[in-house]
Amino acid sequence: MADELIYQSATQLAAQLAAGKISAVELVQACLARRQAVDGRVKAFNSCDEAGALAAAKASDARRAAGQARGPLDGIPVGFKDVIAVEGQPLTCSSKMLANFVSPYDATVTLKLKAAGAIPFGRLNMDEFAMGSSTENSAFGPTANPWDLTRVPGGSSGGSAAAVAAGEVPLTLGSDTGGSIRQPAALCGIVGLKPTYGLVSRYGLAAFASSLDQIGTMAHTVGDAALLLGAIAGHDPRDSTSFKAEVPDYRAALAAKKGPWRLGVPREFFGAGLDPEIGAAVKQAIEFYRKQGCEIKEVALPLAAEYAIAVYYLIATAEASSNLARYDGIRYGHRSKAATDVAGVYFQSRAEGFGPEVKRRIILGTHVLSSGYYDAYYLRAQKVRTLIRNEFTAVLRDCDALLSPTSPVPAFKLGEKSADPLAMYLTDIYTISVNLAGLPGISIPCGFTGGGLPIGLQLIGRPFDEAGLLAVAQAYESAHDWHTKHPSL
Amino acid sequence: MNYEAVIGLEVHVQLKTASKMFTRVAAGYGQPENTLTDPVVLALPGALPVLNKEALDKIITAGLILDCAIAPVCKWDRKNYFYPDSPKNYQISQYDQPICVGGTVEIELPGPSRNVMGEHKKIPLTRIHLEEDVGKLNHGASDSLVDYNRAGTPLMEIVSEPAMHSADEAFAFLTALRTAMVQGGISDCDMEKGQLRCDANISIRPVGETKLGVKVELKNLNSISFVRDGIAHEIRRQVAVLGSGGTIVQETRDYDGQTGASQSLRSKEMAHDYRYFPDPDLMPVKVDEAWLAVIRPTLPERMFDRQRRYLEQFQLPYTLTSVLVPSLALGAFFEEAAKLSGKPQAAANWITNDLQRELAAAGVELAASKVRPAHIAGLVKLVESGVISSNIAKEVFVAMFATGEQADAIVERKGLKQSTDTGELEKWVTDAIAADPKAAAGFKGGNEKALNAIKGAVMKASKGKANPQLVDQIARKLLA
Repeated sequence: MADELIYQSATQLAAQLAAGKISAVELVQACLARRQAVDGRVKAFNSCDEAGALAAAKASDARRAAGQARGPLDGIPVGFKDVIAVEGQPLTCSSKMLANFVSPYDATVTLKLKAAGAIPFGRLNMDEFAMGSSTENSAFGPTANPWDLTRVPGGSSGGSAAAVAAGEVPLTLGSDTGGSIRQPAALCGIVGLKPTYGLVSRYGLAAFASSLDQIGTMAHTVGDAALLLGAIAGHDPRDSTSFKAEVPDYRAALAAKKGPWRLGVPREFFGAGLDPEIGAAVKQAIEFYRKQGCEIKEVALPLAAEYAIAVYYLIATAEASSNLARYDGIRYGHRSKAATDVAGVYFQSRAEGFGPEVKRRIILGTHVLSSGYYDAYYLRAQKVRTLIRNEFTAVLRDCDALLSPTSPVPAFKLGEKSADPLAMYLTDIYTISVNLAGLPGISIPCGFTGGGLPIGLQLIGRPFDEAGLLAVAQAYESAHDWHTKHPSL
Repeated sequence: MNYEAVIGLEVHVQLKTASKMFTRVAAGYGQPENTLTDPVVLALPGALPVLNKEALDKIITAGLILDCAIAPVCKWDRKNYFYPDSPKNYQISQYDQPICVGGTVEIELPGPSRNVMGEHKKIPLTRIHLEEDVGKLNHGASDSLVDYNRAGTPLMEIVSEPAMHSADEAFAFLTALRTAMVQGGISDCDMEKGQLRCDANISIRPVGETKLGVKVELKNLNSISFVRDGIAHEIRRQVAVLGSGGTIVQETRDYDGQTGASQSLRSKEMAHDYRYFPDPDLMPVKVDEAWLAVIRPTLPERMFDRQRRYLEQFQLPYTLTSVLVPSLALGAFFEEAAKLSGKPQAAANWITNDLQRELAAAGVELAASKVRPAHIAGLVKLVESGVISSNIAKEVFVAMFATGEQADAIVERKGLKQSTDTGELEKWVTDAIAADPKAAAGFKGGNEKALNAIKGAVMKASKGKANPQLVDQIARKLLA
């Protein structure tokens, strides 16, 4: 029974729950058993409240028995990146700083998922405070790529991607500041959706870079990503940056919206540094759309290609240096035992609590904002950011979506890039500009390398047109079976 | 050499809002430690600020009262610094685009005497911006504890131009500013509760010099009289330093109101880099004309405008106006009594003297007073129409204050009506003349003052009810 449930899509599981063929308790038990079997090797989870998940499953079954099921997510386990608050559960951000912190409150997405009957299922590993592209920056050790345990799952939402790819949980939440959902989705062969900035509330998401962070969904299929997005999207009065808009029925849109579409291909996203096998797979995907009758246009995003990484590492680090100031050992979190005065509490707690990449970015961001450098770095970066956004806006005027690789490289070896931060930063070269422009982006599986590593296709959409973007992605997924392939663990 | 002082003030005023500036938790004072907190106040991971519109309404109200230009866009910045009373280790504030720009505070300097209006000046403001207050450190012998109840309370920073030249001007500025903020419902400005806090920037320069001298910032001026005393002390200190050939160092000094002395806290070299940048968690807020149009009708009349109106419209003496105008409630009470009685001056006299005295003696707030404007009007009418004398009226007022009865009812019940019965009056006068032949003879001999003894005896015999004018006429007739 249990094995049959592994790798079923959430949509399929929801249908079986609705039909009474399985119970939520059976489903949670299956996930727990799978986690028991494989997570010692994959290490996707930081923790999992098994008793809590089973209790929630029982409650779900009771609702369903009483005819009060709350919809398709009722009884479906959802894994949380360990950066999103769930009341009573650890919120570590994979940092020593918060190793013992338990959140006393729910994020807005958590409240929404609980209201939909979904079952919070475990805390997923990540790069510390979402800073990284390989999940190697976790204070609790790296997560492995289920397709090759000697390789990284990508990051920073590496645990969220690996847990889905390994069949430990059908749906997970991630967060994406520069590619942290899409890149690990690509490297693990699953679907990862970063919504438009402002579509999903950030309340309860421990901030890395406030103007770029966005919670998104990770799943086996486009339909599942749409299902989960529908449950968490929408205006939140607790987040001033959340957008006031109606949330459409994304799954209905998938069925309703058919092409042909006008699709743009940014020529700069196929240049030097792109793995040839990835380039070939993405070009095949483009050919698929052309054969479907879509109009394929080459477009230019010169500013995004040239400046996105530089602009990102100025803005994101500046915001991070301020956002992470609250981790000071005063009210909660790690406090150094060696500290003897206030300055010591600050310096020593932060020196001991933060890992090297987090420190590197705090120092960089502090410098970026410091008096005399602000205009040259932060202000200039914001201006270029506006130009990059304008560039995307212009291109998307004539295109319904853009197609590109998600990552220039497939999953690399654990430790391969850890000593070279710049090489690591470049793995986000195709995803970062999407965050700068605030646009929705999705990565879907589009093939494998000769070595059997997954390849991701990135689709970039218009602001708040997730419905359109998902429909374009769905058209590809429906005609291919990449998403049905799973690693042997 | 003669020196001129140049003073600028930075005043922090806590806004009187139901909840904190960026979250729904109640704002308040005197609650058990750390009870006015939530994930936002405590800066837990993931918490986000959401602007309290009431705070923006209040600062816009303040800006309009003080004639500031209101910026069309209200933007938020982060001021980054580490301190345990600051939960996020940054303060949400306004750096380069304050919501209120310019403006003035009208002040009145002490006049030559209590009864004479002093000189008026308009002190220009640089800006007013909105920020959040920090928590409070309670220092123990071996540790310090933080109370975050105050953290996140909306706080307005009002910055004056360096345009004051004496401790008296600074005192008058703060007094006028406090009155304006209290009357606008913006803050209760209780300095003991930290609702109003003041720092002063002080420099001196030779008279005639236009360049500013080196400034010293004076902190911890935690009462309005400490502001005056501290500034006066600092001016004397600087004059003494320069007089003895020294130089003023740019620094921050702490003034101790108890000892009247100040000491250096830090010099300019230790100044902070706050790394201001726009807060990405908050969207700029558009403040359009429609918004201002909602607030404008709610603005109270400015204190000195009202005082000028009382002087002109009601022809009140200055002394009475200066009692009436600092309190909006008292002013409204007076205006109602003036309207009902038709005798503004008489009403003003009753209110500023008798009512104020009785309220103070009974420890009662005006709002709880049983004497309302209609009582004052009723009493004034009884006196004006000669039904009771002014002396009896005083007695009636005390009774009104105690019981809340109307004046005419008290007069009726106690039989206090003035006697105009000439037969009765003649008897009292005849008795008085008979009882004091010396005074009678004196008056007849041309001593006008001697008549007062006779009239006094009549008033006494009549228990104050005799009509003084009639008594006068009858006495003169009988002694003619």
